[in-house]
This record gives sequence, C-alpha cells and structure tokens, in this order.
Amino acid sequence: MELTAAEKEANLWSGGQRPLNGSYGKLMMWFFIVSDALTFSGFLVSYGFSRFKNIDSWPIADEVFTHFPFLHGIDAPMYYVALMTFILIFSSVTMVLAVDAGHHMNKSKVTFYMLLTIIGGAVFVGSQAWEWKNFIKGEYGALETKGGQILQFINADNGERVPIGDFSISIPTERSAHKGSNGLWYKSEGALTSYSVNEVVEGFQVNKNLLIRIEKLDKNGQKIILTRDDSLDKVENAVAVVEGANLIHNEYGNRLFADFFFFITGFHGFHVFSGVVINVIIFFNVIIGTYERRGHYEMVEKVGLYWHFVDLVWVFVFTFFYLV
Amino acid sequence: MAEDFHKLAIFRGLLKFKSNVQKIWGVLIFLSIVTTIEVVLGIVKPEFLLSYFLNMKLLNWIFIILTLVKAYYIAWDFMHIRDEKGSLQGAIVLPLIILIPYLIFILVLEADYIFDVMNSGFQSWNF
Repeated sequence: MELTAAEKEANLWSGGQRPLNGSYGKLMMWFFIVSDALTFSGFLVSYGFSRFKNIDSWPIADEVFTHFPFLHGIDAPMYYVALMTFILIFSSVTMVLAVDAGHHMNKSKVTFYMLLTIIGGAVFVGSQAWEWKNFIKGEYGALETKGGQILQFINADNGERVPIGDFSISIPTERSAHKGSNGLWYKSEGALTSYSVNEVVEGFQVNKNLLIRIEKLDKNGQKIILTRDDSLDKVENAVAVVEGANLIHNEYGNRLFADFFFFITGFHGFHVFSGVVINVIIFFNVIIGTYERRGHYEMVEKVGLYWHFVDLVWVFVFTFFYLV
Repeated sequence: MAEDFHKLAIFRGLLKFKSNVQKIWGVLIFLSIVTTIEVVLGIVKPEFLLSYFLNMKLLNWIFIILTLVKAYYIAWDFMHIRDEKGSLQGAIVLPLIILIPYLIFILVLEADYIFDVMNSGFQSWNF
C-alpha cells in the first residue's frame, strides 16, 4: 500500500517506510528463499561434480527408477516422478489461487484452496517415501568388488537383468548375523544378505548363460557387458553381496549416487514436509478467522512464497536426478 | 489490493489475461506442456539429440534450458516477482545468477579435470 507524500516525509526517519515496496515479513521470506536457493544449488552442483568426475560410470536413472504403483514387474521409467512433478505443480497452483482469493478477502475460497494445497503436498511426500522404499529395497541385487565396483547379472539370451535370487545356489552354512549379545559386546553387524558371496558366485559359474555387466558405460551410454570368460574372471573379485541401496552400498552402481539421492531428495522432502506443516497451521488460522480480523491475508502469501520455492527446487531435482 | 495490482501479460505481452486467476491457469497449462515435453523426450530419447555439444548431450542441454524456463515462470508468476519493484527483482535474482553459474563453473571444471587424470593416468580404481 502506497503512502502519501506527507506520510512519507513524516515517517522517513522514524520507521514506517517499506523499502522495495514489500512488507517486512515478505522481505524476510525472500531473504530466506535466496539463501536456501544457494544451499540447494550447492548440493546440486556437488552432485554435478561427482557426476562429471565419474561421467563414464554413473548409474542410468531410467534403470533405477522403474516402478509405478499397482504395476508390478512393468518397466515404467520416469512415469511416476513425472506424476509427482505434476502433483507438486498443481499444489503450487492451488496455493497461488489461495493467495489470490486472499487478496479478495474471500475466506471460504482461501480455506478450500489451502486444503487442496495441503493434500497435494501430503500426496507428494507419500510418493517420495514410496520412491525411497523401492530404492532402498532394490530389485535385482548385485555383487560388489573390493574396489567398490558393482557387478550386475545379465541373461546372455535376451539381454535382460537377472535377480541374484534366480540363480544362486543354496550352500548350507552356520553363519548368522553377529550381535553384541553373542560375541564381543562392542561389535555387531546389520542383517545378513539373503545370499552369501559364495552362493552367488558358484551359481554364476554353473549357469553358463549368465554374463556380468560392469559400471562403465560404452560410447552409447549403455553399461558394458563382459564376455563369459571376462565375467568369470571378474566374479572372482567379488567381496560382498549388495541388495538395494543405503549410504554405504548401492546395487545400482556408484555409491555416491545413492548418497546424493538420499541427501538431496531427503532435504527437499523435508522442505515439503515442513511446508505442509506450516500450511496446516495457516489453514487453521484461516478457519478461525485470524486473517479476517487482521484485515489482510499476507500470511498466506508468505507461506505461498515458501511453497512455490519448494516446487521450484523440485523442478531442478527432477531434471538433474531423473532426466539428465 | 485491487486487480490492477497484477501485471497480466506473459510472453512479453504476447498473451494477455483478463484476470489474475486466468493467468494462473494459463501458466499452469504452459508449465504442464513444458513438463510433458521433457518427459516425452526423456522416454523417447530421439537419436539426433544424442550428439554432444560442449561435453554434454544436446538432449541434456534441452532439459536444462526447459527447466530454467519453468523456473522463470514459477518465480515470475506464482511467486509474483513480476509484480515487484525492479530493485527487489534485482536483489533476489542477481545474487543467484551471479553466484550459481560461478559455482557450477569452478566445480564442474574441476570434476572434468579429475576425470581426465583418473581416466588417463590412474587405472587401479577398476578392480
């Protein structure tokens, strides 16, 4: 709201000025957004650093994210994240409609659009959790060599990936997970993998139609598949079985990929989650009429800025993790 | 705040909307089209876009440019930067467009250098 010339003169040295014609709260939100944007760009650029450093062996996103709800076993790269992107853009739209309704002091419309925004955000966070679950669980399993390289298995007949469970030989063993209660109390280990290295390696040696696919990419950007002889040499180097992904091991390829995936999408997901929480608070404030009494809905505008920023970041995360 | 508070033209005045609500839906349609193009390109991966330009696939350049286009419309129309004063627009955007490309430049160049060193002179990582 513009001040008159006389008011400006009177307030010049005693506060009441609105620099850049924005209110205090909005400017502070912009400060936060600019600094947060720099934080996210720092993360994404460091992801770019690791990727260009390992440009010839980076995992192929299309092979990592292939799931779609209720479509089991169907290879559907990208569709689900595309859907998530649309959900987030749409919740951004309902947010901006809520802001617009706020300008018109239309309480019921603000309430309605805020509710839609909250639902959209919640669906997005849920989708991300599902995406994480698939990523962590893994699909095919792989072997890891001493140097941290991932060896994946391919059927030589049709070129398709083979889960380690399909060919591993069962070797009876007494090995069980070591817990602090049944050995050195200060040492323990996580759950054992479903198959031991020997079971996978011997199964591989018996099945003549299996080949190994290494991390390195060929000229066309496809993972290199070794010949049967090279595969048999390579499999000797295996030291561990990897199923799924965590911060230390990653069956999809370079472990940095999993680290950055967890860190960046996790940090973004945390932003979405806190956005939903803030939206819920504002939503109830709208319902009980706080802003009606205050005479303006600027608070909705401020959380709106934050919400759009979260959407903006997702646009970049989507590009750099799933498309590029 | 009245309706004339908002600037209602996008694409440099090519497309004018009657009200702010209409503009919002218009921008949504535009963003959806851009996202759909991205997804389709990502799934189809046309052969002629797989050639390299400045050490990166043409397709990836297209993705990045489309992303920046989307970012522009989200910031300008959803976050209402279009309606802010020029000084505020500059205060928000300038730090980002100066610092981020600089960060990209130094880190990506360094990464490329490290890749070259490991690729040409250092083979023992592959075991």
